[in-house]
Amino acid sequence: MKKPILPLLAGAAFALTAASASAATLDDIKAKGTLQCGVSQGLPGFSNPDAQGNWSGIDVDTCKAIAAAVFGDASKAAFTPLSAKERFTALQSGEVDVLTRNTTWTMTRDTDLGLNFTGVNYYDGQGFMVRKDLGVSSALELSGASVCTNTGTTTELNLADYFRKSDMDYEVVAFEKADEVVAAYDAGRCDVYTTDASGLYAQRLKLANPDDHMILPEIISKEPLGPVVRQGDDQWFNVVKWTLFALVNAEELGVNQENVEEMKDSDNPAIKRLLGTEGSFGESIGLSSDWAVSAIKAVGNYGEMFERNVGPDTELGIDRGLNRLWTDGGIQYAPPVR
Amino acid sequence: MAVQDALPGRVGSGGNAVLNDQRVRGVIFQVLLIVAIVSFAWWIIHNTAVNLRAQGIEFGFDIMLDSAGFQINQTLIDYQETSSYVRVYFVGLFNTLLVSLIGIIMATIIGFVVGIARLSNNWIVAKAAYVYIEVLRNIPLLLQIFIWYFAVLRLLPPKREAIDLGPLGLLNIAGWYAPSPVFGPGFDFVVGAILLGLAASFLIRAWARRRQMATGERFPVFWTALALVVAVPIVVYFLADALTKGAPLTMEYATQGNFGPRGGTRIFPEFIGLLFALSFYTASFIAEIVRAGILAVPHGQTEASFSLGLRPGHTLRLVVIPQALRVIIPPLTSQYLNLTKNSSLAVAIAYPDLVSVFAGTALNQTGRAVEFILITMATYLAISLVTSAFMNWYNSRVALVER
Repeated sequence: MKKPILPLLAGAAFALTAASASAATLDDIKAKGTLQCGVSQGLPGFSNPDAQGNWSGIDVDTCKAIAAAVFGDASKAAFTPLSAKERFTALQSGEVDVLTRNTTWTMTRDTDLGLNFTGVNYYDGQGFMVRKDLGVSSALELSGASVCTNTGTTTELNLADYFRKSDMDYEVVAFEKADEVVAAYDAGRCDVYTTDASGLYAQRLKLANPDDHMILPEIISKEPLGPVVRQGDDQWFNVVKWTLFALVNAEELGVNQENVEEMKDSDNPAIKRLLGTEGSFGESIGLSSDWAVSAIKAVGNYGEMFERNVGPDTELGIDRGLNRLWTDGGIQYAPPVR
Repeated sequence: MAVQDALPGRVGSGGNAVLNDQRVRGVIFQVLLIVAIVSFAWWIIHNTAVNLRAQGIEFGFDIMLDSAGFQINQTLIDYQETSSYVRVYFVGLFNTLLVSLIGIIMATIIGFVVGIARLSNNWIVAKAAYVYIEVLRNIPLLLQIFIWYFAVLRLLPPKREAIDLGPLGLLNIAGWYAPSPVFGPGFDFVVGAILLGLAASFLIRAWARRRQMATGERFPVFWTALALVVAVPIVVYFLADALTKGAPLTMEYATQGNFGPRGGTRIFPEFIGLLFALSFYTASFIAEIVRAGILAVPHGQTEASFSLGLRPGHTLRLVVIPQALRVIIPPLTSQYLNLTKNSSLAVAIAYPDLVSVFAGTALNQTGRAVEFILITMATYLAISLVTSAFMNWYNSRVALVER
């Protein structure tokens, strides 16, 4: 009587264990037919839903590019909005396949958390926003201020470091949701709102009177933002990493959304390799040979993606700065496809 | 056992007879149940361990000694960015206990007042209490927290202005800047006088009770105690003021600075919002419990009390409430536990309670979900068990003693 139950339970345990520890993410994604991306809960320019629930932004485009590379169809990308606090657990537990959620690459996250950063799709840095009528022109005049921020972010840690280093006291008010931080700042609960500079430009649009607020000149940290995958699945890691590299290489080689089909006949071997008319680079990461073509058709090259979502002509109006290609004086640089 | 032995054994083949024996079957099912529970627990632990290893996530509590690196606004103990996660845990725990304890006291007082008002003969008072109960207990708590924090408290003046509450300090959107006491050299004498007064009051109460039992004469214990605990220390205060240089107690008030008021004792709006929401919400349930408890005391008790010549106030205090408490205490315990656990909704409005700073911020900065959640769950379990134990002890004190 006692015997049968144990093997049964052990068997069930083994089956469930085996299922949840599966490693081949790419096969799982192909089998289920969609790519699940973790995105922010609404950050204009990065990942923001419109009134119809369509997501847009540079992080959303990164996700679409990966979906296009895998399926040849960007519409297979699905989005899961996550708070800063939820994001890593959602990725670790397999709820999302890749995190494209303006997430800063740090050593702890890259090692301790069992995650891998695949590259940088936006070089950012932390800044401060204040009301103009406060009469403050530098972050060094903020001693005694109360600061609104997001909990569970590198922002919170940089803030503590910066004020400690400058020997200033302050009061932190840390909310879980970005919208609550903005609302609290807008209501006057805090004197200062701090997050990544790109985020400040984006969130300023949500304030009652955006023109009453200014962003202080100090940038107090390095915030390389990029897509993240689970550790231990090198194939999937390569797919995400090289999709991003393909977009940067495409810009460098002058391939864009419009001319990508013509460029297939280009004489430049680097372009031929990128677009799969020479060699079998797509196959070597488990995709088809025109993986990069699909990705570029879906979202354009890196420069187009930047200009469309956050560039000077958008309402965010962010200068490309560090995110220029290395050939233009920036630090966006991708290893060659060969 | 004796009963089972007396049962006539079923006639059948040998194996069946053993299996049909109630005792044997009982043992078999007990063993099966234990095996099932142990296997399930083992499976959960094993599964977690295997998956953590498969994903390359470390497990261990040594991370708790690392320095946290983030700031917390409301801390009851000394805390800096360089403090360890252990200290973050205690900061969060004390913040949870603070809001729970004050919330329980406030909810109990409001609940008793409203519950008794609900039974008032005054139509307006009774209906007002009725409306209070029905509205507050039927709106979800999270919504009430939002209303208090995002609607009510956000109406206060901006940081660089404030409502002047006079001796109570300043009030604005960034909180209540209460005056903080500064103790002078002579204050020890005042404390001593209060402690002596308290001790004397207890002795007098015991003596007065004995005398009343023996002679029937009553002694004004309350007024005597009030004089000893309040009036005498006031006299001592002024004596100390006159004899030593500098007042024994001065109040330090907040003053307007660059970024709003500075100094004084800061009560954060997140704390006020959470406290009010928890207290008023839980009070509506306590009010119904109190009403039920009072109604459970037979009307004959009240009539008997009136016929003995006791006034309504005395009847309520000496006859009805003590009997009602027996009905009230057990469900009241659940409400106290609910309030404590509900305080974890603090995370919604940035109040740094245990869930918010420890199972939230600290967890997120380290990524050690399993360890942090385990500790947090164990803590809430411990708080609840201690509260239950205390209420059970109190319940056994007020329970009906049959003679």
